[in-house]
Amino acid sequence: MRFIFKTSYAQDLSLAKHEGHRFWYGLLGLLLLAAPWLLSEYLLAQLTFILIYSVVGLGLMMLAGFTGLFSIGHAAFLGVGAYTQAVLTNMGWPFPLAMAAAGLLSAAVGVVVGLPALRVKGIYLGIATLSFGFIVEEVFARWESVTGGNTGKTVSAPQMLGWAADTGSSFYFVCLVVTVLATLACLNLLRSPTGRAFVAIRDSEISAQSMGIHLAYYKTLSFAFSAALAGIGGALYAHQIRFLTPDQFNIIQSIDLLLMVVIGGLGFIHGVFLGAIFLIGLPQAISVVKDFLPEAIGGAPGLKAVVYGAVLVAFVLFEPMGLYGRWLKIRAYLQLFPFYRQGMFKRQKSFQKSDRLK
Amino acid sequence: MSAPLLQAQGLSVRFGGVLAVNDVSFEVQAGEVFTLIGPNGAGKTTVFNLISRIYTPTSGSITYSGPQGPMTLTDMPAHQVAGAGIARTFQNIELFEHASVLHNLLIGYHTHRQSKPWQDLLFTPRVRQAELRAREQAEKVIEFLDLQHHRDSLVAGLPYGVRKVVELGRALCTEPRLLLLDEPSSGLNVEETDDMAFWIQDIRHELGITVLMVEHDMSLVSRVSDRVLAMNQGQVLALGTPAQVQSDPGVIEAYLGSVDDVASLRRPQALPQAPTPDLAPAQKGAQR
Repeated sequence: MRFIFKTSYAQDLSLAKHEGHRFWYGLLGLLLLAAPWLLSEYLLAQLTFILIYSVVGLGLMMLAGFTGLFSIGHAAFLGVGAYTQAVLTNMGWPFPLAMAAAGLLSAAVGVVVGLPALRVKGIYLGIATLSFGFIVEEVFARWESVTGGNTGKTVSAPQMLGWAADTGSSFYFVCLVVTVLATLACLNLLRSPTGRAFVAIRDSEISAQSMGIHLAYYKTLSFAFSAALAGIGGALYAHQIRFLTPDQFNIIQSIDLLLMVVIGGLGFIHGVFLGAIFLIGLPQAISVVKDFLPEAIGGAPGLKAVVYGAVLVAFVLFEPMGLYGRWLKIRAYLQLFPFYRQGMFKRQKSFQKSDRLK
Repeated sequence: MSAPLLQAQGLSVRFGGVLAVNDVSFEVQAGEVFTLIGPNGAGKTTVFNLISRIYTPTSGSITYSGPQGPMTLTDMPAHQVAGAGIARTFQNIELFEHASVLHNLLIGYHTHRQSKPWQDLLFTPRVRQAELRAREQAEKVIEFLDLQHHRDSLVAGLPYGVRKVVELGRALCTEPRLLLLDEPSSGLNVEETDDMAFWIQDIRHELGITVLMVEHDMSLVSRVSDRVLAMNQGQVLALGTPAQVQSDPGVIEAYLGSVDDVASLRRPQALPQAPTPDLAPAQKGAQR
């Protein structure tokens, strides 16, 4: 059982809470750096997808998990980033510039969505973002001069100053660098006043206002940051998938992204990565298990959707803290063995918020 | 006589057909403890909401002498009130449930942040210095209110009495000049109410903060307040020292009540008595 004794304020601020963190994350870093030599090309491509979806998931987690604004149309920002990257790269722009432009354009679109969304809460915000997602998907399909419409658009490899990242492992390293930077950016935000303002807005808007937090400003900022990360993820997605069509950014993709952050664990950064691993890993697991199932089930066309839905329902019912929450419980069990008790993570229901000021 | 810290003139607010606050005027001098009393529904919390700009009055004005001179509060948006030096607590605790006590206090320090969001993103040394300073200030409040045990606990698991203290601490972290306390002793037992009384006196004497509070506990009101305003149905009933207001006949009739009231509520004839349980065997058992 590890007790963390803090002897300075700086220790409270640091990202690694104790040496165990440094050791395990260092090991993880080494394994990720060595991945192109340890994994087959197919698995490396899947790992690249996991990194790309993690970047998008970081954005959605900051919006939904930490600011409490649920966006069911997030694939729209993914698509804006992807198409911007495709257009600019085909025009010959170097990769970092194109990605920055993709992020900025997505952020601008995020502000456009965020401003009317300031007036609505909860499920109505979900409806507003959902309809926005449909609008953007339709724009992708109709604006054929730029996006190529339903016939699709090919994307050339990322290149910069003559060097092109056109092999699987070179593009993997590009994605790895972007993911690490995005994670550090999110962690920095969360340990600073801006991140605390986000959490305050999630937990109690009225007292956030009384503490001097400008609700409109921070909600818009959260939308912009989240959309920018989704746009950057979309830019990487465009290069990885090489061929864009509007139906890749439909409501199913939005729901997949939301599934990813909810199953991973809402309110935890680790949840993003666990959710991304789940999102990419589940179809692989289904296709492996399919061979052992009887023909009627294994060959059924909607099997993946049914399994996804069933897993989501199971998590909502039995493990609302998600995969990371389950890991926290397992870790507590192992640390406290044999003293672990079943109700340790249960939070007492508080009925104190009877007449909340709205 | 220096200018009052807060002056409400002819304050009224109407919600549809309900006149919640009707022509209320009062002044709060700097450095005093000013209490609003009255029955539930009198409009006391509504006055607080008008001061912290959650509602806009339908008529009347509130003048506040801020650090840069007098300002009219009725023009200000709600999120600028804390920056002007007015902090408040809520009647039903509005803490940030899924954050630790320390983080709640640090959010209270938000108006004193010195960095822009892009600097937060990069966690520049300036942000780091500001964070260290914020933690020092929060530690002073923790020491003042004896919250060391709970510093890193999530608010969601804390008992009610501790949450009330954290709410007070969060308001103190904004480094206010005027503190609005909405029923600080509701739900607290005798010992906790005593602690609250000492803290209010310390806030006034040591920290020099003016306190405007809503309270139902008359003993706390008498101990701590300099002046009391009694309200009923949105209107002012009486204004004066605690002794003056508590002996005002209008206030006694509307709110405090007297012994005669209780006698008049008793039933005119006794009901048929229910058979009392025979206590003798238990007493015999205790004597053994």
